[in-house]
Amino acid sequence: MSVLDSKIPAGSLDKKWEQYKFNAKLINPANKRKYEILIVGSGLAGAAAAATLGELGFKVKCFCYQDSPRRAHSIAAQGGINAAKNYQNDGDSVQRLFYDTIKGGDFRAREANVYRLAQVSVNIIDQCVAQGVPFAREYGGLLANRSFGGAQVSRTFYARGQTGQQLLLGAYSALNRQIAEGNVEMFPRTEMLDLVLVDGHAKGIVARNMVTGEIQSYSADCVILATGGYGNVFYLSTNAKGCNVTATYRAYKKGAYFANPCYTQIHPTCIPVTGDYQSKLTLMSESLRNDGRVWAPKKKGDNRPPHEIPEDERDYYLERKYPSYGNLAPRDISSRAAKQVCDEGRGVGESGLGVYLDFSDAIKRLGEKVVRERYDNLFEMYEQITGENAYKTPMRIFPAVHYTMGGLWVDYELMSNVPGLYVLGEANFSDHGANRLGASALMQGLADGYFVIPYTIGNYLVSQLGKRPGTDHPEFKKAEAEVHARIKRLLAIKGRRSVDSFHRELGLLLWDLCGMGRTEKSLQRALKRIPILREEFWTNVNVTGENEELNQALEKAGRVADFLEFGELMCLDALQRRESCGGHFREEFQTAEGEALRDDEQFAHVAAWEFTGEKKPPIRHTEQLEFENVHLATRSYK
Amino acid sequence: MNLKLKVWRQKNAQSEGKLVDYEARNIPPAASFLEMLDILNDELQAKGEEPIAFDHDCREGICGTCSLTINGIAHGPSATTTCQLYMRTFKDGETIYIEPFRARSFPVMRDLVTDRAALDRIKQAGGYITARVGSAQDANSTLIPKTAADLSMEAAACIGCGACVAACPNASAMLFVGASVTHLAALPQGQPERRERALRMVRKMDEEGFGNCSNHYECEAVCPAEIPITVISNLNREYAAASAREAAI
Repeated sequence: MSVLDSKIPAGSLDKKWEQYKFNAKLINPANKRKYEILIVGSGLAGAAAAATLGELGFKVKCFCYQDSPRRAHSIAAQGGINAAKNYQNDGDSVQRLFYDTIKGGDFRAREANVYRLAQVSVNIIDQCVAQGVPFAREYGGLLANRSFGGAQVSRTFYARGQTGQQLLLGAYSALNRQIAEGNVEMFPRTEMLDLVLVDGHAKGIVARNMVTGEIQSYSADCVILATGGYGNVFYLSTNAKGCNVTATYRAYKKGAYFANPCYTQIHPTCIPVTGDYQSKLTLMSESLRNDGRVWAPKKKGDNRPPHEIPEDERDYYLERKYPSYGNLAPRDISSRAAKQVCDEGRGVGESGLGVYLDFSDAIKRLGEKVVRERYDNLFEMYEQITGENAYKTPMRIFPAVHYTMGGLWVDYELMSNVPGLYVLGEANFSDHGANRLGASALMQGLADGYFVIPYTIGNYLVSQLGKRPGTDHPEFKKAEAEVHARIKRLLAIKGRRSVDSFHRELGLLLWDLCGMGRTEKSLQRALKRIPILREEFWTNVNVTGENEELNQALEKAGRVADFLEFGELMCLDALQRRESCGGHFREEFQTAEGEALRDDEQFAHVAAWEFTGEKKPPIRHTEQLEFENVHLATRSYK
Repeated sequence: MNLKLKVWRQKNAQSEGKLVDYEARNIPPAASFLEMLDILNDELQAKGEEPIAFDHDCREGICGTCSLTINGIAHGPSATTTCQLYMRTFKDGETIYIEPFRARSFPVMRDLVTDRAALDRIKQAGGYITARVGSAQDANSTLIPKTAADLSMEAAACIGCGACVAACPNASAMLFVGASVTHLAALPQGQPERRERALRMVRKMDEEGFGNCSNHYECEAVCPAEIPITVISNLNREYAAASAREAAI
């Protein structure tokens, strides 16, 4: 029997959430203030949860490593947020958003969770507008929409190319109101370094004050992690430099199962890498593919400048291979297609790792003014970074690590297998299967924070009244001692290599061996090399300074130490999933046309990994995915 | 390219700081300013010296974390954030001064890292619309003219970096507060709390020790989000109307 109970409510798909809400236990207002909740992370999911739970009367403490909750990396999302409003009257519905998301995820997500996501998507837009999020409008005053990859309807709401910023600032403003009212206490520049379990329940965290170095315990009735994804395990990604896996990985080591770590999303439209000093990759919003056409030269090694390559010598490969979706094919498919073109020697730019995203047709059709109105900030950003004007010459783009679909395993209530530990947003695994559609991350973060957790948290809390331990409990003291010891160990190594040099090496290794394409052989190699690198880290890294100060080298060292363990888990998961699906492309498993070949017989399940001890192999549990409402089909965007 | 750097080093908030000379060698012109500091920090650490602490996160110009004063200008010579400044902007052999954002309300915590929590506290004083989750009406039930939405968005684009404060001779936060007040006042949803918001935010700004605007326009010049100076005149109008009404009650 599976140890994983997803707690999916009975009943038809469209009634499950309604029924769940009716059956959920309520906590009376006078009792709510007796509960304390810790929320780690202040992005869309964390800030929305903190604001909403504070508003309901719970006592909330919210933590973030940034200097202000407004700087969480949700802020960088550009393109938009999906919702099944059908404001365009183009045939959208909750059912269609649900189906697109399940199909986009290559049939590796849970139906019930995804359906609920599609249902609450409409409330999110209402909520955000009420908060003052200045979404784009039409001249008549109605909300405007655009299309995104993997969909044939226009359901994406946006605020210029800064949708994530505006949604986060909305959640941040709601959070600020609760901080002012004393319901939420905010701890910026504070990093969670361990989860504390008391009698098997998550009852607190140990965190480091990043200014003074003080190690402090916080106890509560439950803990919510909203700490984002692990894309930075690759070193180069579109994530912020501080994004890390530490919170979720520490929870994993305390017993929470890590689900589908091999599902990583490589975004097709990023600015190509230019040199080994590079510290991050910059995304160019997928919305650009509404009007931009992707192409590469037909001839190998054609290094003429783009305007000298005549029309009939260009290969608009997405339009050629996927005529019905064209340039709006989903991310995993577009990324792989770009890789194929470059592998064939048809890539452009100095490195040969790039393809063109060309706006000349759109400019001819719409005029430069309209294109400017839609995308000017993106064009500006492109010019700042590359020094090239994309109104005159096509952009050069290449795929880059962007998002991670895997995360801590959660049930329908968003609770992990550890009682009292909830996981929201990108940090959990639940809604995107093996590939996330564009404009769905913002939707999920806000759905989890505003509309799911406030309903589901009561079922657990109601049984916990008066059970909150004090931070003088031995489990807290033990966790604190472990955190101190680890920091001491890191600072004592005083080797010869910087933390970054290890991070870069790990990232490159994973990109080569567990990146856009993976094979049994490459994964075996990665699994051999990572422990060697980790060993070297723990004997030869140089972490300067001391703990009792603002010490950025130490902060990074702790995160990279966790990435060095987590990377191995990711490769192990990729090795065991002997099929291709979504962002997980095992080269051995592909169709004659080079498309991902799923194995539904054997792998229509979630893989959830259990930590069993240092130097012991983790156990792979599975949760079978039941598809009662959609037909498991080969994904086609042709 | 090779550069001479004069970098502000300061152990912590209590200690005195000073400019220290460094040389940055073999810097690719396509590297960003922060990547140049990464390269230097790698070298420093290889020698066992403590790296230069500086704030940064998204490195794509939107989070507002990076905050350097470069050759006396907040975010340096081009009208972007520090992280979007590229070394090709500088000349080979040039001397570059790198300091933290300077303002009494932004105390230095270490090297180039400052504490800008005062901006959060101003926002907490009233930079929001009270919209309880669950009580929102259908998003299209209130029509908002495109011009109003665009005006609101223009002001809402503020990234909260604090360059406006650092650039102002009075360390005024009026561009920041003006942006917030303008963003919400432009929308129908922002009307009920409009007056109260302006009063509370301005009073908090004063309490936090930020100065007043005396029309130097330095804030607008350095703002990476291109917030227009008109948000300050708008703030003055909002505040005047609100205090007049308050006095009348």
